[in-house]
Amino acid sequence: MKKLLLGDQAIAQGALDAGLSGVYAYPGTPSTEITEYIQEWCKHHPTSSVHNRWCTNEKTAMEAALGMSYAGKRALVCMKHVGMNVCADAFVNSAVTGVNGGVIVLAADDPSMHSSQNEQDSRFYGKFALIPILEPSNQQECYDMMAYGFDLSERLHLPVLMRIVTRLAHSRAVVQISETARPENPLSDPADPAGWVLLPARARRKYNELIAAQPLLQESSANSPFNKVLNDPKDFKDLKDSKAVIATGIGYNYLMENYPDGAPFPVLKLSQYPLPQQVVTDLAAQYKELLVIEDGQPFIEEQLIGVLPSANVIHGRLDGTLPRAGELNPDNVKQALGLPSAQAFTSCDTVVGRPPALCQGCGHRSVYEALNKVLANYPGSHVFGDIGCYTLGALPPYQALHSCVDMGASITMAKGAADAGIFPAIAVIGDSTFTHSGMTGLLDAVNENSPITVVISDNLTTGMTGGQDSAGTNKFEAICRGLGVADEHLKVVVPLPANMDEITRILREEIEYKGVSVIIPRRECIQTFARHAREKKKGL
Amino acid sequence: MKTDIILAGVGGQGILSIATIIGQAALDQGLYIKQAEVHGMSQRGGDVQSNLRISSDPIFSDLIPLGGADVIIAMEPMEALRYQPYLSKEGWVITATSPFVNIPNYPDVEAVNASLAKLPKVVRIDIEALAKANKMPKAANMILLGAAADALGMDFDLLKAAVRTVFAAKGDAIVEMNLRALEIGRENKG
Ligand code: SF4
Repeated sequence: MKKLLLGDQAIAQGALDAGLSGVYAYPGTPSTEITEYIQEWCKHHPTSSVHNRWCTNEKTAMEAALGMSYAGKRALVCMKHVGMNVCADAFVNSAVTGVNGGVIVLAADDPSMHSSQNEQDSRFYGKFALIPILEPSNQQECYDMMAYGFDLSERLHLPVLMRIVTRLAHSRAVVQISETARPENPLSDPADPAGWVLLPARARRKYNELIAAQPLLQESSANSPFNKVLNDPKDFKDLKDSKAVIATGIGYNYLMENYPDGAPFPVLKLSQYPLPQQVVTDLAAQYKELLVIEDGQPFIEEQLIGVLPSANVIHGRLDGTLPRAGELNPDNVKQALGLPSAQAFTSCDTVVGRPPALCQGCGHRSVYEALNKVLANYPGSHVFGDIGCYTLGALPPYQALHSCVDMGASITMAKGAADAGIFPAIAVIGDSTFTHSGMTGLLDAVNENSPITVVISDNLTTGMTGGQDSAGTNKFEAICRGLGVADEHLKVVVPLPANMDEITRILREEIEYKGVSVIIPRRECIQTFARHAREKKKGL
Repeated sequence: MKTDIILAGVGGQGILSIATIIGQAALDQGLYIKQAEVHGMSQRGGDVQSNLRISSDPIFSDLIPLGGADVIIAMEPMEALRYQPYLSKEGWVITATSPFVNIPNYPDVEAVNASLAKLPKVVRIDIEALAKANKMPKAANMILLGAAADALGMDFDLLKAAVRTVFAAKGDAIVEMNLRALEIGRENKG
């Protein structure tokens, strides 16, 4: 059967067809559509028991997946690249415990930062954890690699990291999918129950086993159906231009875009790691010059420099043949290959930037308007922001934020700044970000009675990624009280222009209070509000 | 055969439904397609585009190279200009004429029109006025697609069949309205 699918959707369908028992994820661009696809699929297959609810954050997702694997079943964990930082503890240790049911950890990287704060390349995490990494180059491979990856994970008893990038996650192509799905695994006991208790003595044993398994990983990469040398190097022996190209993931597409009838030099297409050392050294022995085309950071390039003799010349992102930062595209690859550009028109100077903005009528707007009004009287004030639609409050017309770093950092940075003497120190955080990573920071602040004002702008959803359920909905007052916020400094308001006087009054009062206050402006995101109205009309 | 199309607009203008129809028509002909979309932050009123590639041969890159686009279809005139470095020498620009002004520094409309006039093959069509006059405010994007049909080199009946398939679930009235929108676009492209 053929289906037109986004890379993300191909992964989801591939996992379902490979006997998936649960997906665990926190929404994050560009990975969100994987879990959404599985959720839709489950709605249409009411007898299915595949777990598909959103998790509170990537760490809880990773751990729950590991629990499912412990019980013998196949689990998929999905996140955007920075989610890897959040789940890193569980992720790295899952390579030490090993897995029972197959586990694939899907990290969607965002080179060029279309919707992100950095360009980190998740392949480094896979290498660091000493596990196999898959990097599909097209939507079909996204699909095919799920069955392959789960089998590999169960054969090696290790989690497998799959790394994609935005341009694959969010691009559609026709994918050949299976007519039948593999059944889910039955419950089973792990083969090495003691190895799941990482006391130092046992962790040392397990870690040694992990190291001892590395040659198997090498062998698997060397024989992987997804790694291949195209154009037999023998055919190019006499070529003057004795260059070979190593292209990984979607870098391969940008290479071939320039040579639709076949490249005039040998190409090593890489989609599974660890780097198959023998294959690479064989190629390098014949070709002095190697061009490495990889999206993200120079992961392969740096390894080659360490592995190959100094006689080899390696081109890529480190020597400037390709740009050091930003995503690959057909044009920068074309330039790296020394081919002329086909550009006919230069960019038009009439065109100006059109940055995104908060929707008209969004509740966050009233929050920033109120903050700006009140803080005009506090020249020393600083507002620490967080991650979500409301980060756009940093741009005109509000320009109300002084920081945005990582999930949850608003509260803890405000606390640190207050410790240092900044007054008023204000945190602005969304509801979903608060449960993701803000609660622990609030506890720190409560324990020290830090003079900070925390605004939890609650729109009842995870708005930025398109309106997924938010883990804490209806629980925020209880959570704050439970963490020790005093009742008289826990205020709920409705962020509407009509309530501006009330909101500004409360803000002023709470700023003047020399302890932790929490103000919760609560009004549904107008996008999900409109969607819910449509669904109601349709009688869903 | 190979057609590279850039769809441009502002988040929320509905460029993806145009892509879906063209994609469906391509699928019905058994062609290869790749369609890169923008999801995430820029959907909040920022500039958005989709690269749609259709070919009788396998397609490698999800993105169109500079100077490679055969057609730019834009829901907004300045957004059409944003992608002119991607336009091929002989490429077509099919653009709506009404500016979408959600930024304080939106350029002078005359300047936008003058820049468009410098490009060799441009179709400008006031899809909003047409949609309003024909009482189909939600089908402005299909009017634009109708205006682009010739430039796309696609059989008009195939596009109509694709509209039927894609809108089928929404009922006959919606299908008919969108079919009419396609026709209106084709007839009014000047
Ligand atoms: S999507 Fe929702 S939360 Fe985000 S800006 Fe729009 S209304 Fe506000």
